[in-house]
Amino acid sequence: MNKTSLTLNQLQLNSSGRVRAITAISPLRHRLLDLGLINDTIVKALHRGPAGDPTAYQIRGAVIALRAEDAACIIIDPVN
Amino acid sequence: MMTKTIALAGNPNTGKSTIFNSLTGLNQHTGNWPGKTVANARGKFIHKGKTFTLVDLPGTYSLLANSLEEEVARDFICHENPDATVIVVDGTCLERNLNLVLQIMTVTPRVIVCVNLMDEAERKGIKIDLNKLEKLLEVPVVGTAARSGIGLEQLLDAIDRVASSRITSKPVRIPALEYRFSADELAAGHESIAASTVAAAEAIVRQVVTIVSQEPHQFDRRLDQILTSRRFGIPIMLALLGVVFWITITGANYPSQLLSNGLFWLEERLSYLFLQLGAPGWLHDLIVLGVYRTLAWVVSVMLPPMAIFFPLFTLLEDLGYLPRVAFNLDYYFKKACAHGKQALTMCMGFGCNAAGVTACRIIDSPRERLIAVITNNFVPCNGRFPTIIALASIFIAASVGILSSVTAALIVLAAIVLGVAITLVVSKELSQTILKGIPSSFILELPPYRKPQIGKVIVRSVLDRTLFVLGRAVAIAAPAGVIIWMMANISVSGQSLLAHSAGFLDPFARMIGLDGYILMAFILGLPANEIVIPILIMSYMAEGTMLELETLAELKQLLINNGWTWLTAVCTMLFSLNHWPCGTTLWTIYKETRSWKWTWVSFLVPTLTGIILCFITAQVVRLLGIV
Repeated sequence: MNKTSLTLNQLQLNSSGRVRAITAISPLRHRLLDLGLINDTIVKALHRGPAGDPTAYQIRGAVIALRAEDAACIIIDPVN
Repeated sequence: MMTKTIALAGNPNTGKSTIFNSLTGLNQHTGNWPGKTVANARGKFIHKGKTFTLVDLPGTYSLLANSLEEEVARDFICHENPDATVIVVDGTCLERNLNLVLQIMTVTPRVIVCVNLMDEAERKGIKIDLNKLEKLLEVPVVGTAARSGIGLEQLLDAIDRVASSRITSKPVRIPALEYRFSADELAAGHESIAASTVAAAEAIVRQVVTIVSQEPHQFDRRLDQILTSRRFGIPIMLALLGVVFWITITGANYPSQLLSNGLFWLEERLSYLFLQLGAPGWLHDLIVLGVYRTLAWVVSVMLPPMAIFFPLFTLLEDLGYLPRVAFNLDYYFKKACAHGKQALTMCMGFGCNAAGVTACRIIDSPRERLIAVITNNFVPCNGRFPTIIALASIFIAASVGILSSVTAALIVLAAIVLGVAITLVVSKELSQTILKGIPSSFILELPPYRKPQIGKVIVRSVLDRTLFVLGRAVAIAAPAGVIIWMMANISVSGQSLLAHSAGFLDPFARMIGLDGYILMAFILGLPANEIVIPILIMSYMAEGTMLELETLAELKQLLINNGWTWLTAVCTMLFSLNHWPCGTTLWTIYKETRSWKWTWVSFLVPTLTGIILCFITAQVVRLLGIV
């Protein structure tokens, strides 16, 4: 893992990250794959729910909401 | 001539059902896939003199069988060999959608790609080169804007061409997908297939999509930032619901009055007819005063609020607001160890709890699905809204004057907030007792907002929901009318059966703030919640038939004469919100769970909750002496 790597739930709003690895196990892992979330995919954090969770992410042109504990299974490198 | 079978596949929220409805019109029927609790809609259409059967497959992101829906879609395409498969994709989100297209193309070459929502894409500054896409995929590609009917002719032509094999489509060639996968191989090789289709989709999109505007989804993002914000998210949600109730309450009064005048005018004609034919008196009473009058009550009380509420609710659905409700509430459902999609099934329950229970199929985890099924009854359905609205109007809001409809709407809103709170508490309790477990993962797509098509919303909500619910209520209310009439008219030792039963229930009913007749009305109302108030009125009048009450003020006087206080009204509203599900819902729960045990649990959980809540309310209020 890169020194600057984060898990997706740590990504600041309005910033983007590149997927390094997905540590989730099936069925979550397969669902993420089906949404096009594979290594090197760019993900942007858009907004959070009223209670601070879940968070909506932009993934391949679609907006997908993930709970913090599910997003924690996705390791990313921040990109500018 | 043989009928050609056409499969219709696509991601959720791509306008797939709009295309299905436009092509087949009213010529469709729905059911379940054999042995599975997945809805199956089929329709017929004729094009150039040929008959086609269109099979609407469940909306899925993938064919790789994560869920029952995907299994159904995959098995149909792999094993039923449709003459052609139409894959509907969202033009504003082509890349993700192409994933499914490429997966399907690994199992069949007979594919038509329908790029829908071209109008939305254009508005957002997303340009798609359809010719290039067709060249790259080597299958017919048709651009449509199904909501405005654009491109449907071309789509029909393409279906005809592929289905009659006048053109031979060659499947796309992607290195990792060089050979056709069998269904089992598809499931086994999930990871590598997904990786290669995603990469291929990315490469294709780079060549065919040009984004003209700076930020194509800017409007949606701004709207989301308000509608789901920490400060405004929940208040806006409550305000929208409140406005919907207010419009329903205010708007329903006038047509309700008209309808009831009309129906009771018809009753007089019916009575006259019976008299002319020389029918025996008991038959007239049974049919006209028993069956017909019950039906008239149900129709005039239920139809106007439903005809207003359902289109308004469908409008919110059509806008794309419901996924935002699930997004806003997910945190609380997570805390209750339940699934985020339970917020959606709960919303369906506002219309009809039986529909809400059926909707629980969208939850994959069996444990969380059961929680959603058992707690669905805690939100009031349309059959219970009239009871809550009427009691709120006459006992609490009437004294406020011109603001009464606003107050009534606020009370209904409060009832719903209470219902949601109870849903969360009971879900949590169930998760810690008989349905132990941790919440499963939750992925929710927030689709783009769409401009609702008001005309179509009204037509579809009236056809699909209003008439469906009303038809069911009428079918149930007619035999119930006979039973109620008989109970009220058959006397044993000088008292009607109804009075005997009510007397028996009275001591217990008083403990929970009701009286014997109210509890009896709820029990007799098991077939359909909407007849609870009519039965009650009939019992109080002791005339043996349901009476027509011209105004709500007369109803209030009747209730007060029978010893009602505001506490009785509050407890009746509470019990209406929390008691056994109606007969149809119970039957649906049995069909969905295939278990009498869970059907009984679904019966007992809300009933016990209601008894406990009413008991505490009644005892505390009496102890404090404020009634």
